[in-house]
Amino acid sequence: MKLIFERSQAGRKLSLLPEVDPKSCQLPEKFRRAEHIRLPELSETEISRHYSALERRVFGVNQGFFPLGSCTMKYNPKINDELASLPSFTGVHPLQRSQEIQGCLKLLARLEERLCKLLAMDAMTFQPAAGAHGEFTALLMMKAYHLSRGDEKRNKILIPDAAHGTNPASAAMAGFKVVNVPSDAKGYVDLEALKSLVGEDTAGLMLTNPNTLGLFDPNIEAITETIHAAGGLNYYDGANLNPIMGQVRPGDMGFDLVHLNLHKTFSTPHGGGGPGSGPVGCVEILKPFLPQGQPIDCGDAYELANSSKSIGTVRSFYGNFLVVLRAFAYVELLGAEGIREASETAVLNANYLQEGMRAAGFQTAHEGACMHEFVLSLADLKKNYGVSALDFAKALQDEGMHPPTMYFPLIVSEALMVEPTETESPEMLDHVIEVFTRLRKLAETNPEALKSTPKTTVISRPDEVEAARHPIVQYQED
Amino acid sequence: MGNYLPSTPAERHAMLERLGLQSMDQLYRDLPKSLRLKHLDLPEGKSELELREELESLGEENRVYKKIFRGAGAYHHYIPAIVNQVTSKESFITAYTPYQAEISQGVLQSIFEYQTMICRITGLEMANASLYDGASALAEAITMCRARKKNRFLLAEAFHPMYLETVLTYFKHDDLQFEYIPLKDGHSDLDWLEAQTGDDIAAIAMPQLNFYGQIEDCARVAKFAHAIKAKMIMGVHPIAAALLPSAAECAADIAVGEGQPLGLPLSFGGPYLGFLACKGDLIRQIPGRIVGETTDKEGRRAFVLTLQAREQHIRREKAGSNICTNQALCALRASVYLAAMGPDGLEAAALHSYEKAHRFAKAISEIPGFEVLYGPEFFNEFVVISEKSSEEIENKLAKRGILSGLPLNTSYKQRLGLEHFSPEIEASEKTAMLWCLTEMNSDEQIDEVISILKEA
Repeated sequence: MKLIFERSQAGRKLSLLPEVDPKSCQLPEKFRRAEHIRLPELSETEISRHYSALERRVFGVNQGFFPLGSCTMKYNPKINDELASLPSFTGVHPLQRSQEIQGCLKLLARLEERLCKLLAMDAMTFQPAAGAHGEFTALLMMKAYHLSRGDEKRNKILIPDAAHGTNPASAAMAGFKVVNVPSDAKGYVDLEALKSLVGEDTAGLMLTNPNTLGLFDPNIEAITETIHAAGGLNYYDGANLNPIMGQVRPGDMGFDLVHLNLHKTFSTPHGGGGPGSGPVGCVEILKPFLPQGQPIDCGDAYELANSSKSIGTVRSFYGNFLVVLRAFAYVELLGAEGIREASETAVLNANYLQEGMRAAGFQTAHEGACMHEFVLSLADLKKNYGVSALDFAKALQDEGMHPPTMYFPLIVSEALMVEPTETESPEMLDHVIEVFTRLRKLAETNPEALKSTPKTTVISRPDEVEAARHPIVQYQED
Repeated sequence: MGNYLPSTPAERHAMLERLGLQSMDQLYRDLPKSLRLKHLDLPEGKSELELREELESLGEENRVYKKIFRGAGAYHHYIPAIVNQVTSKESFITAYTPYQAEISQGVLQSIFEYQTMICRITGLEMANASLYDGASALAEAITMCRARKKNRFLLAEAFHPMYLETVLTYFKHDDLQFEYIPLKDGHSDLDWLEAQTGDDIAAIAMPQLNFYGQIEDCARVAKFAHAIKAKMIMGVHPIAAALLPSAAECAADIAVGEGQPLGLPLSFGGPYLGFLACKGDLIRQIPGRIVGETTDKEGRRAFVLTLQAREQHIRREKAGSNICTNQALCALRASVYLAAMGPDGLEAAALHSYEKAHRFAKAISEIPGFEVLYGPEFFNEFVVISEKSSEEIENKLAKRGILSGLPLNTSYKQRLGLEHFSPEIEASEKTAMLWCLTEMNSDEQIDEVISILKEA
């Protein structure tokens, strides 16, 4: 389809603003732009149709099954989007007097209170804009804590080898050295190895539990105790919080810091890549180090407070507020019971699907039950029929499904990581099992049929190597 | 009550039975018993109707102004109706990062178009798919300029205070050294800058429009930067860019900015949009997602996420940035806004903003006791000093439904995380306010404010 620039016709425009005299600008020549901005010139009809056409080429949660492991692509309730577009929130300037922003501050404080109870934490900042931003913020707080105690040699962060790439990247940005902790076949932390790695230079541990294989580490208390005994802090990566809400709490497991992905667990939409929100919770001793601009209850009103020990600020203003608002709406509607049910059903759906897949002959990365997600290994299909996880994923596109996460975690060969979430019906799960079963049989009888997929999409497989070798990253007119 | 589960309790029970289980609790049988939570101490759930009432009543505790004379990092511009319509489309809202290119061409193409628009605003050769906001974009740009044996950065003190604070926070535990280019008469002191020497300076960062509204001579800064073999990072206001020299015309290496003016509502500070563009030779340093053009098996044009070898999921602790989730839907808003405005519309928004601000500045300076502090080289923000209390002016206008210019007083200094305002403001006995106008400020509004100030 055409690019928006290719639809441009000189002179076309919308009637948006009153007329203005171009000569009203009196700036000297050195402060005037020489070349006009070459934006497309269109009527509203063309703009509307262009983006409608683009939307038809997007697959969202609204369109079908979206089992992207580790991303928790649950249904995004429409009421939340509607509330986030209320002018009483969208129209608030971030630098208004505190008596004029009580609604926003109260919302932040209420959500902080709710999430702290859910996590067993004592305070929370909503400033970080995304999960990785939250990791970075939490690590800066960890650093500030150690330094405030004159403990200057703690420069190492322990991270399991199965962790998401953002963990080590965030640790490096916060000025830490990364130490890899080996994990066993189930993705559990190797406790003996961990014990041998901790010491006086240990700043802390970053861990997601359940892990990237969808398993809850049974040694979690021993793990966090090991770090605490060495003088380090435990950081909980909330990427996989969805199955355990109301069941177990990171604070009770021994974690001191938590980041959440509101765009995963708390149902705020992903928007094709963002905006998300990555709030950070902490225990009492870390509270003074939270970013500036923390809403506090002054009895009759809320104020924004700064702390002299604060790490500073990781962005302008107070975070992706409208995303936070959606998460608040989600928590309010669910309440204690709904939150527990959501987690339980996420685990139920994952196990139901896993058993269905096993019955169809698929190999899973481990035996037994899982939490919210499980990992299939297609190593046998690859070895016997030449059908890779990628081929299988592309074939799923023709079935009207988004493929699972591919080739992650790295410790499983030909991995497909499946996370159905709680917002799928049993008949959808049965349908998914039927599709996977059929495609598996097809892989065994006619592998070429899968290798040539997808066939029903607007493009076939793109040449990614060429894209990287000769990058074209903006439209060039001929 | 309250959930979003399609399955009924009876269906869930049947599913449990298929798994050979009797209760939901058994799903958690492998978890340590000592950790199991007995009671989750949260309120009961709500219906959608009750939820709506709760949020609407919280919203009523906010004050929303229609007449806004305040900017300072968040700008009240006209948002064309089509922007909200397009960005409310369900698939755009609920899609994930476009890893699966075949079923994500719509998102990928929209990002490619956004990258192109940012390139055209800045005149530079490549732009990424978005960053969190302007402040974090500046921090990312600084990371891009790291080079061996170069660890000094000269940063204009004239940047928005939250940008400066963000940069200092990002690099608190790094070996980079930051020095502020001091302010003098509302501008960065470029004579001071040009007296700096040293081949250890990695980059100089300067906003084209500074916090006090004045236009900086970025071309002169870039010329000096290149003479000492440093990079030049330029802060760009995307609407002012329609009038002011582009980053490329100034010879900047990297342009960063806050995309909020491009169709994003004020929203109590977020979500906003960080944009970043750079010269082509920085292709390996640019952070974040990038969409590139290629072809599919049939030779048709196709778009994919590309140059991923730079990113955290591949390079882990060696990655230049940890960014993963960005602000894609905000970038879409900016694209639709720019498509709707077109070249003439964007220029009109800039001209209106300029014209109204200058007219207001002239009118206010004619009121006895009010004085525009700095010169006429501003776009749409400027400082006014007077003997009147800025809190009183703020109050008085608030009573008439007008959000005044920002009082540059202790209270907002704290909100901005600032130690001190410009030397002239700190030295003055008078109070200072930072006023901002856009196309949204009608002539009637301007007259109304002027007449209230006359009474003050």
